[in-house]
Amino acid sequence: MSGVLLRGGRLLDPASGVDRDADVLVADGAVVAVGDAAAAEAAQRTGVETLDVTGCWVTPGFVDLHTHLREPGGEGAEDIATGSAAAAAGGYTAVSPMANTTPVADTAVVVELVQRRGREVGLVDVLPVGSITRGMAGTELTPFGELHASGAHVDLFSDDGIPLADSLVMRRALQYARAFDVVIANHAQDVALTADAQMNEGATSSVLGLPGWPREAEEVMLARDLILAHGAGARLHVLHLTTAGGVTLVRAARAAGTRVTAEVTPHHLVLDDREVAAFDPVMKVNPPLRTPRDVEVLRAALADGTIDAVATDHAPHGAEHKRQPWEHAPCGMLGLETAFPLVHTELVLAGALDPLTAVARFTTGPASVRDTRGHGGPVVPGAPANLQVFDPEARWTVDPAALRSRARNTPYAGRELVGRTRHVLLAGRATLRDGEVTR
Amino acid sequence: MTAATAPTVSAPAPLTDLVAIRDLDRAQVDDLLAVAAELLPIARRERATVPTLRGRIVCNLFLEDSTRTRLSFDLAAKRLSADVVAFTAEGSSVSKGESLLDTAQTLMALGVDLVVLRTSSAGAPVQLARQLDIPVLNAGDGWHQHPTQALLDAFTLLQHRPSLEGARIAIVGDVLHSRVARSDVELFRLLGADVTLVAPPTLLPTDVSAWGVTTTADLDGVLPDLDVVYVLRLQKERMHRAFLPPTGEYAATWGIGPARLAALRPDALLMHPGPVNRGVELSSAALEDPRCLVQEQVTNGIAVRMACLYRLLAGPRSEAAREVTV
Repeated sequence: MSGVLLRGGRLLDPASGVDRDADVLVADGAVVAVGDAAAAEAAQRTGVETLDVTGCWVTPGFVDLHTHLREPGGEGAEDIATGSAAAAAGGYTAVSPMANTTPVADTAVVVELVQRRGREVGLVDVLPVGSITRGMAGTELTPFGELHASGAHVDLFSDDGIPLADSLVMRRALQYARAFDVVIANHAQDVALTADAQMNEGATSSVLGLPGWPREAEEVMLARDLILAHGAGARLHVLHLTTAGGVTLVRAARAAGTRVTAEVTPHHLVLDDREVAAFDPVMKVNPPLRTPRDVEVLRAALADGTIDAVATDHAPHGAEHKRQPWEHAPCGMLGLETAFPLVHTELVLAGALDPLTAVARFTTGPASVRDTRGHGGPVVPGAPANLQVFDPEARWTVDPAALRSRARNTPYAGRELVGRTRHVLLAGRATLRDGEVTR
Repeated sequence: MTAATAPTVSAPAPLTDLVAIRDLDRAQVDDLLAVAAELLPIARRERATVPTLRGRIVCNLFLEDSTRTRLSFDLAAKRLSADVVAFTAEGSSVSKGESLLDTAQTLMALGVDLVVLRTSSAGAPVQLARQLDIPVLNAGDGWHQHPTQALLDAFTLLQHRPSLEGARIAIVGDVLHSRVARSDVELFRLLGADVTLVAPPTLLPTDVSAWGVTTTADLDGVLPDLDVVYVLRLQKERMHRAFLPPTGEYAATWGIGPARLAALRPDALLMHPGPVNRGVELSSAALEDPRCLVQEQVTNGIAVRMACLYRLLAGPRSEAAREVTV
């Protein structure tokens, strides 16, 4: 059978703690050999293609925990094909589409449909997220067991952008989740505190006259969820942490033995609320961009492991919605194609994060949150060949029109980034080749 | 009249839109106030309408109720002989702001020369100005800005004082929800005043560190030292959303009644953007007090809006005075 030899690269494999120059031989969908053995083994085989990846990083394919593919129901902005292409271009081999589709992902039928459609497209593995409550209505539980036992093997449940306000329902969801050892992820926002809110409450909102979205709204709900998860002995995953106070809460809960994991988005690591001053709704997002101080604390928390994963919250919106006045525009920004290049440019090259840790937050980090089914490493013989090759020297400028997503709502238009994914292998097959998505 | 400073020697940078006070520099402000002073007799109907903007079409796009401001802009345009078309969109999808940008594109295609926009959506004039090649004049956007109000307020004060340099001005009341307060603070600061915000903490933005002001809840503590008391309108609905107790406590603590009128210096000035809630933020006696400038503010508003329309439409090189005396 044919295979691929990735020759001359720097292998960054957080799962095995490896950061060294090493060739990787892939065949029949799996890693066959790593290091000196790879070239030797390749020479023994026929039909092995050699890709010269000198100067590049070879890592496990990235895993996104928080993706909006918009299918079914929102195909005007994105669908599983366009979203998968964007993911492949960003170095991902697995994504977790959120439950807020139409219909909501609260039955086995819907999650199996989404996963099957992902498989047909074949550019990334699609690992659906189920809703916590039926119809994300906040009252009745989704049948976690049914979704977990389904072909989609759902082990992460979230009502996405709709906070589970009722503390009793949240407590029962956490308790019930233990039956299947699945993970609950709640959008931490006390909606009474964010009535009419439009942006982070602070010095900038005061000047712009936009109703403020106080950090307390996130922290109050997060504290409640951590307390409830601790009491229930259940697994809680914290979606898109944005405040310095939230980092303190997660750190304290973990020290107290709470089973908690946390993610941060690329935009909350790179942008702050001063960006809102131009009233361009491309900067409108939930939770909102916070302050430079929050950005600094989030970066440190990502580096020290308080935050386990970078998750994109990739949220495509059509231009017809985003070009409304700020207060009417929907929240959300694209993220899949720019996530790792941003972290590389803004954190790794700035010395805030070493390369292996940066890769870990896109691979082993997500794999510690949920069962990522063969994604995230390690890169060892016998493991599934889900890999990406990143050129850390490639300079490029973000052009919204050139993105693979159907939507164009990237907040990084015109920004120069350093580093870009060159190749991606999904189960040994190229989904991205020299920067081109291969279908 | 001591009002406006003389036009500066070097021409101010041309005005392409007027959206927020912070977009203006001192020279542009001085220029607008000087032009307003020249146009004031026309606004007051002491002189006839002038043909300065004949043939130009001003569209008043008012997506939020505002009879007073719309009338003021209407009269300002008409005193300069502009054609005025009104676009009010109560009840339509535009009133929700949803197709505002599309509507504005249509207006431009219809040949409108300038859009005056009033909207409840903070920032919408900023977005509109980015989209349109014609000037956008902000007539109030949400809690964000109301630049012509600030200009008319400064203009009115300068009719009574040679300058605002070092003037001690308090803005009293619901600062949080007030576009007037945001524009006034920026303009009063630009003109050199010391500004204090006096408000219940629930009606003050949580972080005004960038405003260059001091804050207090104690009106009586600062009142005797003030040159100007600028009182904001208190919407009664604030008492129903737990900003304030639903009692007379606001009027007693932050309203201007007889005792505070007595404590106010004889040469101090009292202002309000209107419309006034009599008996809440201002007593009837306060409105009738000779130190109260509310009526002057209204008349001056026409002159200031004429100046803004003139500078946005007739261009920086034209001389208001020359054309006015034609």
